[in-house]
Amino acid sequence: MSENIKFIQGNEACVEAALYGGLDFYAGYPITPSTEIAEHMAVRLPQIGGKFIQMEDEIASIAAIIGASLTGHKVMTATSGPGFSLMQEGLGYAVMAEIPCVIVNVQRGGPSTGLPTNVGQGDVMQAQWGSHGDYSIVAITASNNQDVFNMTVHAFNIAETYRTPVILLFDEVIGHMRERVDIPEKGEINLVERLKTQIKTGVDFHPYLPREDGRLPMSDFGGVHRYNVTGLAHDMWGFPTNDPQIVHGLLRHLVDKINNNVQEITRYKEYCMDDAELVLVSYGSTARSALHVVNNRRKRGERLGLLELQTLWPFPYSLVKEKCAKASYIGVVELNMGQVVQLVRNAVDKPERVFLINRIDGVFISPTDIRNTLRVIQGKGM
Amino acid sequence: MERSRLVFSGSGGQGVITAAIILAEAAVVYENLIAVQSQSYGPEARGGATRSDIIISDTEINFPKVTQPNILVCLTQESYTKYSPIVRPGGMLITDTRYVKTYKRVAARQKELPIYYSVMEKIGKPIVLNICTLGAVIALTGLVSPESIMKVIEKRMPPNFLNMNRDALYLGLNIGEDAK
Repeated sequence: MSENIKFIQGNEACVEAALYGGLDFYAGYPITPSTEIAEHMAVRLPQIGGKFIQMEDEIASIAAIIGASLTGHKVMTATSGPGFSLMQEGLGYAVMAEIPCVIVNVQRGGPSTGLPTNVGQGDVMQAQWGSHGDYSIVAITASNNQDVFNMTVHAFNIAETYRTPVILLFDEVIGHMRERVDIPEKGEINLVERLKTQIKTGVDFHPYLPREDGRLPMSDFGGVHRYNVTGLAHDMWGFPTNDPQIVHGLLRHLVDKINNNVQEITRYKEYCMDDAELVLVSYGSTARSALHVVNNRRKRGERLGLLELQTLWPFPYSLVKEKCAKASYIGVVELNMGQVVQLVRNAVDKPERVFLINRIDGVFISPTDIRNTLRVIQGKGM
Repeated sequence: MERSRLVFSGSGGQGVITAAIILAEAAVVYENLIAVQSQSYGPEARGGATRSDIIISDTEINFPKVTQPNILVCLTQESYTKYSPIVRPGGMLITDTRYVKTYKRVAARQKELPIYYSVMEKIGKPIVLNICTLGAVIALTGLVSPESIMKVIEKRMPPNFLNMNRDALYLGLNIGEDAK
C-alpha cells in the first residue's frame, strides 16, 4: 500500500496540507477542538527545519505569524471561537498591512467559551465582520478530509496571490473525524510562491505601490530594503497619511483586490442540481448530512439537490443566484441561528422561498433533523 | 458489502478509541474499504463515558455518526446502560463479563465474552484489553483480516509491545470464534 494513503483527522490533514503548501512557521495557543493542529505541527515542523512556537495567547500568536510572514515565511495559526475573537485586532492589522497569513478556526459551540467539545458554525459572520472598519476577507471551508487538504493548500495560494489573511473555517466534526486522505505527490497541486520585488539593494522600494496587474511584490523585512509597516492608513512608502485621495485609493484597493476576484477565489461543489426543485445549500460538516438526505430522496425520485459552498467569503452571490434560479424551495443547513441563510436570501430572486434548517444545541445535525424540517417546508406537517 | 455501523463504548483509558481507530485504519489502508471514525469528546482524559463511532462500507459515507449500531461493544456497566437501547434490531451486542452485568434482553444477538478474565489469565496485563476485544469483534464479524489489524498495530504501537498486542489479538480471535 502506498505511503500516501493516510487515515487521519481533519486537523491532521490541515497540518499535512499546510506543510505541502510550503508552511515553515507556526505560532499558536492550543484550544479544543483545534488542538491537534498545534500538536501535529509541533512534531512535523522541526522535522522539516521549520519553526513551531507555543505562544502565551492568541493575540501573541497572530502577532507572531504576521511578523514571520513579513520576513518571508509562509505562516499559519489555528484556534477556535474564543481565540478567534482575540485575534480580531491582529487580523485587521494583517488586512491593512496586506500580510499573507492563514488563520484556522475550528468552530465549536459559542458564544464565549461555550461548548468546547461540541460542534458549531457560529463564526461565519465574525470571519468577515469581526474586526473593525471596512475590508474584505477570504474564508474557506470543507466537508471532508481530502477537501480539508485541498482547501488548506488553496488558502495558502490565495494568501500569497492577494497578500491577504485567509481564514479556514472548519468545525469540530471535520476537525476530529478520521477518514482517508490521499496526500498528493509534489507538483500535483500548483503552489503559489510569494511575489518578491526585483528592486536591487540601495534602490528605493515602495512596499505599497501596486504593479500594473494590481499585485504588490514584497521584500523580506529586515533584508536589503528599509520600509515602514503600519496599521494606520498609509501611502506607497508605508508611512501614515490622512490624504483623502490616498486613503480612498487604499480602501478601494483592499476591498477590490478580493471582490473583483470572486470567481478565481470561489470553490464549490454541486450534487444533483440539474433538475432540483428543492435545493439544499450547506457548507462544512453539515453538507455531509445534507448530501445524505439528497442521495436518499433521489432514490425515491424526489428532485433534491445540494449546493456545497467551500468559499464563504467573499460570498459568491451570483453563483448562488444562478444555481438556485429554478428551485421552488431553498433550505440552508447550518449549525447557527441563521448566518449563511441571510446571505442566500440576499442572493436569490425570491427570498421568501429560503428556509433555515439548523441546530444550535451543540449536537451535529442528522439527516432525520433535516428531513423533519423539510416536511414542514413542503407542507407535510410536523 | 453491507454497510457496518459500529459503536465502541467504555470508560476513558480503556483504549476503546484506539481500538476503533485501528479497526477503521485497517479497513481503509489495507482492505481498500471506505471508513469514517469519530468520537464523542468529553472534558475528561480518564474516566467518564467514552464512545467512538465507526462506519465501514464499500460506498461513500456522508453522515459520519452512528445512530443505530449493528455492532455495539460495551466495556462498562455505564456504557451498557446508556447505549444498549440504541442497538439495531438484529444486530449484535458485545459485552465483557467482568465489567458488564446484562439485565435485559435486546432485539440483538447478545455476546457476553470473558475478555478481561482471559487477558488476565493468558497475558496478565489489562492494557491490551482493547486489542483483545478488537480480535473478538473481527472474529464475530469478519470485517477485516487479523493481518490488516496487525499491520496497523505494527505502525502505531511501540515495538516493545508488539508481541503482547499480537497475543491479545489472537486471544480475542479465539474468544470470538468460540462465541460464534
